[in-house]
Amino acid sequence: METIGGKKNLPKLFFSTLYISAFTFGGGFVIITFMKRKFVDELHWIDEDEMLDLTALAQSSPGAIAVNAAILVGWRVAGFPGMIIAVLGTIIPPMLILSIISFFYTAFAANPYVALVLKGMQAGVAAVILDVVCGLGGKVIQQRRPVYLIVMVCAFIATFFLEINVIYIILAAAAIGILLEVWNRKKGERK
Amino acid sequence: MIYFELFWSFLQVGMFSIGGGYAAMPLIQSQVVTRHGWLTMNEFTDLITIAEMTPGPIAVNSATFVGIRIAGFAGATVATFGCILPSCFIVSLLAFIYYRYKKLSALQSVLASLRPAVVALIAAAGLSILQTVAFGGSAAALENVNWLGLGLFAAAFLLLRKWKWNPILVMCLCGVSFLVLNLLGNLLLPH
Repeated sequence: METIGGKKNLPKLFFSTLYISAFTFGGGFVIITFMKRKFVDELHWIDEDEMLDLTALAQSSPGAIAVNAAILVGWRVAGFPGMIIAVLGTIIPPMLILSIISFFYTAFAANPYVALVLKGMQAGVAAVILDVVCGLGGKVIQQRRPVYLIVMVCAFIATFFLEINVIYIILAAAAIGILLEVWNRKKGERK
Repeated sequence: MIYFELFWSFLQVGMFSIGGGYAAMPLIQSQVVTRHGWLTMNEFTDLITIAEMTPGPIAVNSATFVGIRIAGFAGATVATFGCILPSCFIVSLLAFIYYRYKKLSALQSVLASLRPAVVALIAAAGLSILQTVAFGGSAAALENVNWLGLGLFAAAFLLLRKWKWNPILVMCLCGVSFLVLNLLGNLLLPH
């Protein structure tokens, strides 16, 4: 596997994952959108398609999505040491914060000011995610391949309205990919 | 030996939770509450609230919280290590396969159909957060709309899309403005 720049990127990788992890409230997809902004748009370490592939891998593997994504980005950026550094960067902030909170957790959870700040931050998180989605979804539309548009719409309906388990959606999309490949090969043979 | 028990319990959580945070919750509950009695059900509910209010994956947050209460900081470390260890192995293996065979046309085709599905999954995650912001926990009716939250979302979205502001800055600004505006609102319009 080729890496980008190797060891000289380790400090930047560590502080980037640390920073993203310290400020990323909410589930795995939130951290993935922040990683996309950082590693794709800002640092140009990873291209956009690759980031989506890594997201699918992180989502379909056991364990926390954020940790899985860090493992993948780490390997890509600096091989094995990169993986270790990215994982450490991702787990240190929640470990520190939870250690502190565990001592006065009832006061924290019941504090109305804390609740208001967190509620406001949710509005910001929704905006960050949907901003990234606009960029990515726009690219899918620009491809002008109806199949992928249909996959996107169906996957959205399946997860948002029907609340089907994400794993099945990923498996179904993969199956469609295999069918398309088989179909393209048959078409190729006929020619 | 308590360290080994913590390690082993969270290893199972890391191993068998596929699909991120909410998939891990029942597994954590069965290990921590039902099997070992490390937390009462009430403490577990508090833990979930805190895990949702703070950055980081729920599994890592729980491992730290439970570990520190049962066996101090060393306990938190072994529990967290246990919950990320399966990911490190499995995801690294997947990363290896991905970068090795990425150029095969069959895998290309699978990945090409996965990408629009992943975009849809991210969109759904973003919209559910927006829904929570707009309606809180209540029914999706016009009189339940939190206009302040929705307005902050719109402002944040504009700052990100049009002026490409830093996402973490936007998110923190949203949190602070929501608190300040709510306090001002209470001062000016006493109930």
